[in-house]
Amino acid sequence: MATNDTPLLELRDISKSFGSVQALVDVDFEVRPGEVMALVGDNGAGKSTLIKCIAGTHMADSGQILFEGRDVHIHGPRDAAQLGIEVVYQDLALADNLDVVQNMFLGREINIWQILNEAAMEERTSTTLSSLAVTTIKSIRQTVATLSGGQRQSVAVARAVMWDSKVVILDEPTAALGVAQTEQVLALVRRLGEQGLGVVIISHNLHDVFETADRITVLRLGRNVGVYDRRTTTQQTIVEAITAGRPTKVSGIPSTAEAQV
Amino acid sequence: MSSAADVVGPDRTAPPPEGQDFPPGMAGLWQRAWLNIRTGNLGPLPIIVGLVIVVALFGLTATNFFTAVNFVNLIEETAGTAMLAYGVVFVLLLGEIDLSIGYVAGIGALVVAELQLPGSGHQLNGILAMLIAVAACAGIGLVQGSIIAFVGVPSFVVTLGGFLIWQGVILNVLEQRGTIIIQDRWINYTDLYIFSHWLGWLIAGIFTVFYPLSVLYKAIVARGTQIAQQNWRVVALRAAGIGVAAFGTVAICNHGRIISTPEGLPLALVIVVLFFVLLTFLAKWTTFGRHVYAVGGSAEAARRAGISVPRIRVLVFMISGATAGIGGIIFASQVNSVALTFPPGNLLLNAIASAVIGGVSLFGGRGEVRGALLGAALIGTLQNGLNTLNVSNGWIYIVTGLVLLFAVTLDTFAVRLQKRSGR
Repeated sequence: MATNDTPLLELRDISKSFGSVQALVDVDFEVRPGEVMALVGDNGAGKSTLIKCIAGTHMADSGQILFEGRDVHIHGPRDAAQLGIEVVYQDLALADNLDVVQNMFLGREINIWQILNEAAMEERTSTTLSSLAVTTIKSIRQTVATLSGGQRQSVAVARAVMWDSKVVILDEPTAALGVAQTEQVLALVRRLGEQGLGVVIISHNLHDVFETADRITVLRLGRNVGVYDRRTTTQQTIVEAITAGRPTKVSGIPSTAEAQV
Repeated sequence: MSSAADVVGPDRTAPPPEGQDFPPGMAGLWQRAWLNIRTGNLGPLPIIVGLVIVVALFGLTATNFFTAVNFVNLIEETAGTAMLAYGVVFVLLLGEIDLSIGYVAGIGALVVAELQLPGSGHQLNGILAMLIAVAACAGIGLVQGSIIAFVGVPSFVVTLGGFLIWQGVILNVLEQRGTIIIQDRWINYTDLYIFSHWLGWLIAGIFTVFYPLSVLYKAIVARGTQIAQQNWRVVALRAAGIGVAAFGTVAICNHGRIISTPEGLPLALVIVVLFFVLLTFLAKWTTFGRHVYAVGGSAEAARRAGISVPRIRVLVFMISGATAGIGGIIFASQVNSVALTFPPGNLLLNAIASAVIGGVSLFGGRGEVRGALLGAALIGTLQNGLNTLNVSNGWIYIVTGLVLLFAVTLDTFAVRLQKRSGR
């Protein structure tokens, strides 16, 4: 990667344990503006825990989070949202019984003295959706229950983007989708990067990762294995890193290299 | 005046499926109606049809059902149940249940009766007494809701506990005191005050123009957006229906005559309709209402969206307590007293049945405030009609149960049809 920008979001030496289980050990992670960073690893590698530390669902036991170079503390989802970090969860945090507009503004409704301003919300929803070229949704007043998986994912992503967010984290965005819908969502992910956002995509599916990501961070057993440039690496290398990669940092020994960046 | 403001909220109707564009005019209207029926998008139609059938049936069979006096009676009997059912709607929207409301209503009645008691040393003005009673009931909701929301005890258990506790409190007080007579005129007015004829007409007029004005307001405020789009023919039909219902109601009420006093529009009905408008506004036009629907649809989604789910839960149980309190006062007003027989009949179950018959889902997230009003009207009419036919209480329960079963079965089919047609 040639960009020399300061990372939008940078995590240093993040550790987190649950009881006796060490979920994360001295993990480093970063994402730069306009890049799609993939976060991959086997089950239990610590991907979700890392994301939750960024999103404010968990607090890291130790380590440092830098946002646009500033040291920040994220104590809850609200803190993350205030910084401009939005997470789109795997199991789609949408309410089925509400329509697209209502879901887009859930928890952040435009209101005057608590009275909803439906017109403004509807307008902003349609501009956001069209700016992301989400055109398959027939009416933004249909309930989310009637949408296809890809459309639902698009709504969830659009909601994350709408709030002037700077970093969007997507947790397995294509896990439940068919081929055509997957393409639709992946195209959306790439567009987010093109619009200058920092995008983090977590996926089991290396095809998706190679389709979208600029760089790939590999975790294994809660430790960093390396950061790889998509254009200079192969799926084979990534698979090896996921299944048998050596940690780049071992406690007590100073970190050796930013492997193969 | 059954539904003075049933669609003041954002229009939630899904657009017609692929390739269905309706021609303008009456033909299009019929096509739309037929499509709605086929796809199970029935709205309040079945219950209105049911109400018409029930009224026609009793009108033909019972000699003293179709009288103005009985009509006013029916309103005064049903008003309290409708108030409780409003609270049930909010609780059910969350996917919770409140079993305590029957006896919370009793507490409301008891507090109001105690506070107005002449010569007790703490006699208060009736209106003040009512406010305190409603606040006390909301407080009960606050305590029960907090245990549910913050401790995590299931609402069924907490409110079952409340059911027993408040029943016990009422028993303890009234066994000692016997019946407490309510003499305060303001309290007794809540169910039994009768408006003069011309005031009745005025109120009917106000409610008639309310709905068209609310639609117009929405169309102006939300110009150019989808929610402002209305089928003006449908609006006109609804407005006409509301007008007929409002003026018809007042006409019947004004026509009645008990012995020598002329009858008129009872205040109880005005209270019930006012709360209907108020609570519909709360549910459909405010952030709080939106969050109630969201928590009921998916608590996890609401939590992740930054909504304080416990806060919403507590507030909803406070609403449930408050509406129960108001209902209790109306019931006490009806008989000018609070006695050991309170709450009357199957109050709790009638209130829950009203909301459920009105199409409110037990699983949360689906239903409207108007459902409670229509459901209470149907159950009230049914029980009143069977009473005038001198049917035994046993049969009244059986028929109510069958109607409940039928309504929910129909609703289940409708939901299945909706799913199949992808709406």
